Amino acid sequence: MPKNTTPQQQPRIVVENVSKWFNKRSSRSMKDAFINLVRRRPVRSTQFQALDGVSFTIGAGESVAVMGLNGSGKSTTLKLVSGVLEPDEGRVFTRGKVAGLIEVGAGFHPELTGRENVFLNAAILGMSEKETKARFDEIVAFSEIEDFIDQEVKHYSSGMFMRLAFSVAIHVPLDVLLVDEVLAVGDAPFRAKCNAKLKELAGQGVTMMVVSHSKGQVKQLCTRGIVIRKGKVVFDGPIAEALEALESS
Amino acid sequence: MTQIDYSAFDIPGRGRGVLDVFRYRYLLRLLIGKSTSLRYRNSVLGWFWSYVRPTVQFLVYYLVIGQILRMHERMPLFPLYLFSGLVLVNLFNETLAASTGSIVSNKALVRKIYLPRELFPLAAIIGAFTHFLPQLAVLIVASLLFGWLPSLASIGLILAGVLMVLSFVIGLGLFFSAINVRFRDASNVVEIIRTIATWSVPILYTWSMVYDRSRDIPWLFHIYMSNPLAVAVEFFHHAFWGSLPQVTEYSPAPDNLGWPPLFGWYVIAAIAVIIFSLVVGQFVFRRFERTFAQDL
Repeated sequence: MPKNTTPQQQPRIVVENVSKWFNKRSSRSMKDAFINLVRRRPVRSTQFQALDGVSFTIGAGESVAVMGLNGSGKSTTLKLVSGVLEPDEGRVFTRGKVAGLIEVGAGFHPELTGRENVFLNAAILGMSEKETKARFDEIVAFSEIEDFIDQEVKHYSSGMFMRLAFSVAIHVPLDVLLVDEVLAVGDAPFRAKCNAKLKELAGQGVTMMVVSHSKGQVKQLCTRGIVIRKGKVVFDGPIAEALEALESS
Repeated sequence: MTQIDYSAFDIPGRGRGVLDVFRYRYLLRLLIGKSTSLRYRNSVLGWFWSYVRPTVQFLVYYLVIGQILRMHERMPLFPLYLFSGLVLVNLFNETLAASTGSIVSNKALVRKIYLPRELFPLAAIIGAFTHFLPQLAVLIVASLLFGWLPSLASIGLILAGVLMVLSFVIGLGLFFSAINVRFRDASNVVEIIRTIATWSVPILYTWSMVYDRSRDIPWLFHIYMSNPLAVAVEFFHHAFWGSLPQVTEYSPAPDNLGWPPLFGWYVIAAIAVIIFSLVVGQFVFRRFERTFAQDL
């Protein structure tokens, strides 16, 4: 097999045999530990395996949905790819600039104005000052809150807040976009606009990894589905079959 | 299946430690700007508080130590001596407290987005440092009123003192901010360290008093003076207060006007302590950093 070195054909995300455990702490202080000891309950923390030998590769330009029931480990997978968590076993690699629509608005501060928050959040997501300035008008226009941009964010309605946060995240130049259940918020027209924007990005060759419960959105956006059940990949293939596999699981 | 050339890939979540901060200068600037502009949001007096707190603290110490315990009779220009040490200890206390809570208070970000986590303690330290600058300005004005003439040497000592405190706090701050994620006991430990810091350096008394009391056990004084904070405070005393007491037949020089004996060694020891704290702080931070997102 010839070695493939052209970057276009290199995958964007490689997840190799990744396992992840979380500690379930039984006692939260020395006092708790003592009480548990006296009552013969477990004192030390027990481990809970969230992911068990997960492997997959996502190629450049692919749009992949990661599906599964609550607690199956899909968000953990996403966090491992974004770097927030580290795998206990196995390796994760990414190529290019990765950014996430993972609970957008995490970096927003209610006491700052919309404008200040746009700059702060854009920087958190990895944009330079120049890039932010160049895209600022576009960001504000997309969020449809022009009149309120110099208001403090705490006076925003939750819809306005989400729109601005989403708008910042979607305008970050990137190669890989991680999407985690963000589109459950906002009203229908804005949701449609976001989906259109995501499709446009996918069309531009941005690689996407989407965690969602919305079948409609997943079907529209993704071509491939990975189904995770109890921390294991049980299906990896075309999206229609993945949805069927999810139903039957 | 194509073979994968791993050299083109990054491992998510691996930074290069404190050095990463240079790549994120712009974000660091915004984070500092955020903390400084938010600190006195919704307060009527605003930045005025940055002057009020040290002034009240100074007056309390001056009345109790200077007047009631009669320190000012033993030492010329005691107010200046007191204030020049106090601002530096305040810098240490404020920056240490700010950095210790920095990861926990940025919980939302740490759990959801990967950034080099060293940014948070560093932004907190620099943010707290900005509140030291007005105090330093007051100190300089007060010294000028007492007849102080800045010299190259005194400016060098001031910079060295500030640099020592900041680098020491970066080490301690990395250490405690990381520990604080899993064990909130850390903030209580830091609270105690802050109290000890105020009293374990010669600002309310002089090093010569400690020297006299510990004559029989010299290693105690060695440990006392190897504290980077103590060395930095002596730098400040020399820079601001040291040139001012007038030595005449009637008013002999105070015991602590010169450097403590073996001071060169204490400086070296203090630098060693700082390097040790930076290495340990960074090491512990990296160990704990891996589980920040799940421990918060």
